[in-house]
Amino acid sequence: MTLPMGKQLRVVFGETVTELAAKDPRIVMLDGDLGSSTQAKLFEDAYPDRFFQMGIAEQNMLGVAAGMAKVGLVPFISTFVAFALHRPLDQIRVLIAQTGANVKITAGYTGLFTGKAGKTHQIVDDIAVARAMPGMVVISPADEVETKGVLAWAVDYDGPVFIRLVRDDTQTLFQPGHRFHFGEVKVVREGADITLISTGTQTPRVVDAADILAADGVDAHVVHVPTIKPLDVAGIVAAANRTGRVVTVEEHTVIGGLGGAVAETLSEHRPTRVDRIGIQDHYTESATDEELLDMYCLSAERVAQRVRKLLASDGPVTSCD
Amino acid sequence: MTTDPAATPVTAEEMARLEDMARRIRVAVIRTVKTCKVGHVGGPLSAADILAALYGRVMRIRPGEPDWPQRDRFILSKGHSALGQYGAMALAGYFPLEEMFTFNQKGARLQGHPDMNKLPGIDISTGSLGMGLSAGLGMALGARYLEQDFRTFVLLGDGECQEGQVWEAAHVAPRYRLDNLVAIVDHNKFQQFGWRGDSAGHRLPPEDPGALVARFAAFGWRVMEMDGNDMADVVRVLEEATQPQGLPVAIIANTLKGYGVSYMAGNYKWHMGVPTDEEFAIAMAELGERDGGAP
Repeated sequence: MTLPMGKQLRVVFGETVTELAAKDPRIVMLDGDLGSSTQAKLFEDAYPDRFFQMGIAEQNMLGVAAGMAKVGLVPFISTFVAFALHRPLDQIRVLIAQTGANVKITAGYTGLFTGKAGKTHQIVDDIAVARAMPGMVVISPADEVETKGVLAWAVDYDGPVFIRLVRDDTQTLFQPGHRFHFGEVKVVREGADITLISTGTQTPRVVDAADILAADGVDAHVVHVPTIKPLDVAGIVAAANRTGRVVTVEEHTVIGGLGGAVAETLSEHRPTRVDRIGIQDHYTESATDEELLDMYCLSAERVAQRVRKLLASDGPVTSCD
Repeated sequence: MTTDPAATPVTAEEMARLEDMARRIRVAVIRTVKTCKVGHVGGPLSAADILAALYGRVMRIRPGEPDWPQRDRFILSKGHSALGQYGAMALAGYFPLEEMFTFNQKGARLQGHPDMNKLPGIDISTGSLGMGLSAGLGMALGARYLEQDFRTFVLLGDGECQEGQVWEAAHVAPRYRLDNLVAIVDHNKFQQFGWRGDSAGHRLPPEDPGALVARFAAFGWRVMEMDGNDMADVVRVLEEATQPQGLPVAIIANTLKGYGVSYMAGNYKWHMGVPTDEEFAIAMAELGERDGGAP
């Protein structure tokens, strides 16, 4: 059985920030001409005087956000991750991360699902880039319910937060009423044979992969990591202790993301074999979402297949087939 | 209502006070560079009169209460001129002048570039060129949204205006008709190295004469010019600029890099540098300091 589909996280973003704004006049939205894509347009409809169009000029937009934060506002950023993080990286570093500016970098269109926009828009190194910056919180929510919780939490938190959002339909992992706990991992499936650690909208696919593995007699322990920075060290160690073998799975490069963070942590706190499933060290390309998940070994079937191979092997397994 | 220091008349005495403040900023910059054996010189010197006018008169500030919410904001977008800002802040009363000599030392609040997390009174950290006008735009938009009447002043360098981000911000500000935002370009005619002229020692200015005026005007700003090393002109233009006319104001301040010390003025090599004992004595004498030998 696979987890059901839920609302697109971009819609959740537009709706939730609009709802939060009703209760908090400090909230404003800065758009880099993509509000019709990121669904920040829902905010503009409700609060035209709190929606600031910045045009196609993102270095300025992140600088403006820093200035607004310094006079007491809580700016949210509406654009694709390529333009929310990579293009204005020095502005984020100097004006936001170094100063602790209360800016919420709600980065849309992360990962592979960009509506067939190809490698210029498919950003799979954002977790690595964002988490290398001191002072930056990095969160990758799994689904609609968790995204709502993360956005509400981010308003109450005073400081820069990078939030990974996804364009397309994603599966629902959590029931309504699930609470996001900042800085804590969440065990989403108990198991004894191997620990699968995932983040973001990849976690539902890993839960489905665990179900496939269960049919083969492999009992996987699945841990979801919404907060990649600061990482829940105790939670990661406990996850490793559970089975003694860890596989990380992420819709992100295997370099420096969740897999990197988990491997760094376990090598220091509980040396454990860690295999990393994710995008290898190459650029990606356009295809349908299903094809992309298959090509890059991230569908539930591919993840299950890969885990089986890892269990049967003493060495690394880097190919899908 | 906030009190407006600019409401007091510009008497000859007031002008002499501001001119002396600019002179003392220059002295503090050179003494600090001599003592700490590091620091930018040319940029702080060209901007000293502007900084004195802002911190000494034009800005509504409370140096004893640096976080006063209604204060005017100031952003040193050309963050490498930090020593000039520090000198102006010390003379305005934010911290003792002696603290200048901690510049760049271990544990100092006076970092190589202005750091808002270390030094109260810095409204935002700078140091990577091209960013200040965007932050100022955010503060000005925020002031309007919050219905506050503080003004935001941003001091840029002319070389800095080669950064594309300056023009991203310049494009947006007039769209919001932000007349609570004043950008001042310290047009001192030099950048650190720049384009080669007739010889290796002859460096071309960052912009052709008039280019910055034309460019800001083309972007829809209310553009003013002033002699940025003439206190009377600086005060007159800054006070006129803060009379709102529905548009952001760009002031192109014609200055000279290294102004105030003969051998530094107009010499690109004094972007950074530590004067020898002899050079230091000449500088102090030219700036009217009697104890020329003692940094």
